[in-house]
Parts: sequence; C-alpha cells; structure tokens
Amino acid sequence: MPDGLDFERPLLDLENRIAELRADADPLGRSDEIAKLEDRLARLRQRTYSTLTAWQRTQLARHPRRPRTLDYIRLLTEDFVELHGDRVFGDDKAIVGGLGRLDGESVVVIGHQKGRDTRENLARNFGMPHPEGYRKALRLMELAERFGKPILTFIDTPGAYPGVGAEERGQAGAIARNLREMAGLRTPIIAVVIGEGGSGGALAIGVGNRVLMLEYAIYSVISPEGCAAILWGDRAKAPEASELMRITAPDLLRLGVIDAIIPEPVGGAHRDWEGAAANVRAGVRDHLWQIRSKSGDELVRERYEKFRKIGAWEEESLPAGQR
Amino acid sequence: MAWFRSKKDDAGAPARKVVIAEGLWIKCESCKDIVYRAEVERSGRVCPKCRYPFRITARERIAMLADEGAFEEQDGSLQSLDPLGFKDTKRYRDRLKSAQDKTGLREAVVCGVARIGGWPTVLCVFDFDFMGGSMASVVGEKLTRAIELAVQKRLPVIIVSASGGARMQEGILSLMQMAKTSAALERLASERLPYLSVLTDPTTGGVTASFAMLGDVILAEPRALIGFAGPRVIAETIRQPLPEGFQRSEFLLEHGQVDLVVERRDLKDTVRRILAFFADRPALPV
Repeated sequence: MPDGLDFERPLLDLENRIAELRADADPLGRSDEIAKLEDRLARLRQRTYSTLTAWQRTQLARHPRRPRTLDYIRLLTEDFVELHGDRVFGDDKAIVGGLGRLDGESVVVIGHQKGRDTRENLARNFGMPHPEGYRKALRLMELAERFGKPILTFIDTPGAYPGVGAEERGQAGAIARNLREMAGLRTPIIAVVIGEGGSGGALAIGVGNRVLMLEYAIYSVISPEGCAAILWGDRAKAPEASELMRITAPDLLRLGVIDAIIPEPVGGAHRDWEGAAANVRAGVRDHLWQIRSKSGDELVRERYEKFRKIGAWEEESLPAGQR
Repeated sequence: MAWFRSKKDDAGAPARKVVIAEGLWIKCESCKDIVYRAEVERSGRVCPKCRYPFRITARERIAMLADEGAFEEQDGSLQSLDPLGFKDTKRYRDRLKSAQDKTGLREAVVCGVARIGGWPTVLCVFDFDFMGGSMASVVGEKLTRAIELAVQKRLPVIIVSASGGARMQEGILSLMQMAKTSAALERLASERLPYLSVLTDPTTGGVTASFAMLGDVILAEPRALIGFAGPRVIAETIRQPLPEGFQRSEFLLEHGQVDLVVERRDLKDTVRRILAFFADRPALPV
C-alpha cells in the first residue's frame, strides 16, 4: 500500500508476508509459520494502536484513504439528493449537503468534503470552505428546521479558507452567523468529527446537541503546523505542537467538549470503510434516539447548556455585599 | 464597587502604551510621523496627521465611552486556570501573570453595567495588551455572563473588540467560547434586545468569527485591521500581494461587512444615538 504511514509500515510488512505465505502453492505446510506471524501481528497492532501519539493520530485523521463525508453519506443513507449553492454567490464544493434517509428517517446531511487526489482536491479546495459554503450549510439547516427534520453534520476540514475573496465576502461573519443560528435551531443536531476538525471552520457546522468524534479524529483551535509556527516560528515542529494542544478524541472527551468517541476498525477507518460506517451509524442512531422526541424548546435549551458549561476558571467568592 | 473615573482623574496612573512614550513627541504607529504628544492626548489618542486612532487600554476606552462614574464592573474576579498544562517557551501561568502585571487586569476583557449618554447598557471592552486580547475560557465566560445579565435586566449589549482571536494556550476550550458567546447572543436576539459591536484595531480570528460580527449594528474605528485570517497567513496561502487597504475598516465598509466607520471623537455620540433609537424614548438626564 503506497500510502502507509511510518508507524503503519511494520504492520503492513507483516500483513504482506502473511498474504504471500497464504498464496503459496502449499499453504497448509506453512500453517505453523502463518499462525506465528498472525500472533505477532496481533500483538504489534495492539501495541502500536494503544500508544498512538497525538501526531500519529493527526496523520491518521488526514490519511489520504480515509473515508470522507460523501463516502459516509453513500454508506449510511438511502435516497440521498445533493443540494447545491447558497442562493447568493455560488456553490462551494468544500461543503456538501442534501436530503437523505437514515434508518428509514429523513435527515438533512451536511459535511466538509476533501478530495482524494490532486485534481479532486483542487476542485474541493482541500476541504477549506468559503463563506458561500457556510451559507449553503445554514440554508440547508434552516430547511431542516422548517420541515422538522434532524440535522447530521460531518466535520472534516483543515479550516476555513484564508483568502482574499473569502475575506471580501465575509468569512468571519458567515461562520459567526452559523454559530448563532445553530444555537437556536429547534431541531435535533448531531455533529460527527470524522477526520480533521480545523478551528472555526469546523465549529461552523459543529454546534450540535451531541458532538461525536471518531477514535483517531482530531479537533483543535489551530492546526499543529499553525501552532508550531506561532510558538517556535517553525511549522516542522507540528508534532510537538500536536502534543501540547490536546487535540485527540480522549482529550476532548476529558475536557467535556465531545459527548462520545466512535471506535474505529483495527488500524483506522481507512482500513475498513464499511466497518467505520457501521460504527458511525450505531453512534448516530444511539444519540439521535435519545434526543429525537424532545421539543424544540428543550433541544435549544440543552444545546445552550452543553456549550455554556465548557471552559475552566476560578473565581473569588467575595464577602456578601461587596459586589 | 469598581466605579471608574474619567480620564482626567486617571492622569496620575502610569501610561503603559508603548506609543505614548515619555516626552513631548511620539511616533504614530500608522503614518510613522513624529507628532506632538499633547495634541494626540487632546484628541483621545488619535494621530493629528493621519487620524489613526492609537490602541488604548480597556480602562481608557471605558472612561471615553461611559458617563463619568457610571461603570460598575461585573465578574472582575474571574481568573484563568491552566486546563491543558500548557508550556511552550514559557508556562501559560507565567504568561498570565506577566499580562496581569503589565495591565493591572485579571483578564483580557472588562465587563460591566454602564450608562452612556444617560442610557443604561451592558458594556464589555477588550484590552489588547492582555495577551493580544485573546479569548479563552474566562473571556468567553465573562462575555456570556454579561449577555445573560443584559437579558435579565433587559439592557442592550455593547462589546468593544480588540483581539487576535482565540487563545492557543487553552486549545479547544478557547474555540468553544466562540459557540458559547454566539449562543448567548442568540438568546439576546430572541429576547429582542439590541447588540452593538464596535471593532477596533485589531479584531481578527475567532473573535471576528463569533460575537464581533454578530452585531445588530457593527461600528468600526478608522483603519482597524478586521478579518478572519491574518494578512500574513493569507499572503502565504495565496502567494500574491494583498490588495491596497485589505482588511482595514474602510475595506470592510466597501464590501458591506460593517455598518459604519466612526472616528473616535464621534464614537460616544454615535453610540448614544443608536441606544436612543433602540430605547425609543427621549434621552435620560445625564
């Protein structure tokens, strides 16, 4: 496999050797050897994936073969109809969205869309939206609310695009409006971080009643490269920065930012798309089930309380009457 | 009670802005001209040559906007922790400590209840000298409490921003303050209470991409840098020179992103008129 990450290589080598032995003219004669290698593989895999560093997780989250929003939509929904455009300026291909059916229920699905090769990535702008992408997302979310349908979002972006046109057309305002409007939507919202959760550009479709995160996804205020550039003037120190920033799913669960971690198949979502999609389906179904019958008021109040309590501070309690 | 006095009464306090160096003459950050200090002070810290409004502290801004003695600070004792145990070249706790020593503030925003031209309002003001006015847990919490107080007391909200954006040292918790403050503003809006956002130099990143751009009315001081991404990041991304005046207040006005660019000497009266409109009543006695 050409896309193997450094820490994946010993595993991939073992897998290849086992496959070669299996393909041998007399596989039965080698069965002892195969069993031994498989045992070694299992132990090595366990050791590798139980001690992944934040940087290794970052690499998995950005893996070129990792399933993207449209892959999950294809694997999870029926009768999907993609809808385009913000009705103001254009259609941003870095955010996709549309109407679908999930387990027999209508849902509006929205997500960042990265490409898989250079040509596709140029078309998708590497999953970095412009304001029109956020406006399209908001338009679809408002449609969902109007017809009482739940909203499912998939987060997978390096961040909102930093460009001249994006600034001219109000990138900051577009993200800000999504944050405010999502807070007030009277319909269930489930957000799933499937790959890279890059800052405000990710959060702009992430104000959910539930925020779930795939096991090896990351979510951060700034990219590890950006953080390294600010701290040490050196983007190459991104691995160190990724450790400092607490960007992994277990970190975010501990900090109270996400509600649950969706486990990935052995070796990561890119090794088994169907397995990853099945886990996403189970996670989304569980959480949607818990909130789908709540009233609009309850959904808005609970979403407010959820984000309201995030953060850490201390406060002097002043003697009575001194305030 | 923390009532702030007008600037005149504060004259004894040591000036901490670099641009306001001791001596008769100072250099303008914008046009680089050497200008007469007394003239700058008289005009509310504005360059007499190019009209650039110098960065001022939160206390100075409050003194400039609020009626004399009419600012009561809220939640002033809120203080940051170090939830990530963040240490780069310096520990986050040490950075906080030196920002506190430098500014005399606990955090990067000062919030309270004020009267402006007689109108009662909730007023929140950023101080860029405190870690670049960056937003982390405490800033998000103070703003949210201020907005909730406005809902409770049925007051308008004014936020004067000067911020580089979300604070890296609190990581994802800083990012989430964008959602928290924006959600509080959604509540304010659904209660039909007005929010006036004043953008000053600079307002960028996660602050712009949340409460700063959500004003019912958005005012900007002249020449302020306002944007989502910083100009350096954009220049590196597109590998082209940036347009003239890019991401300055006037550029945003031209592109329909702000309502009005207001000179500092006119700011208080403009705010007063907007508050009068929303109150829809004759002005209260000052």
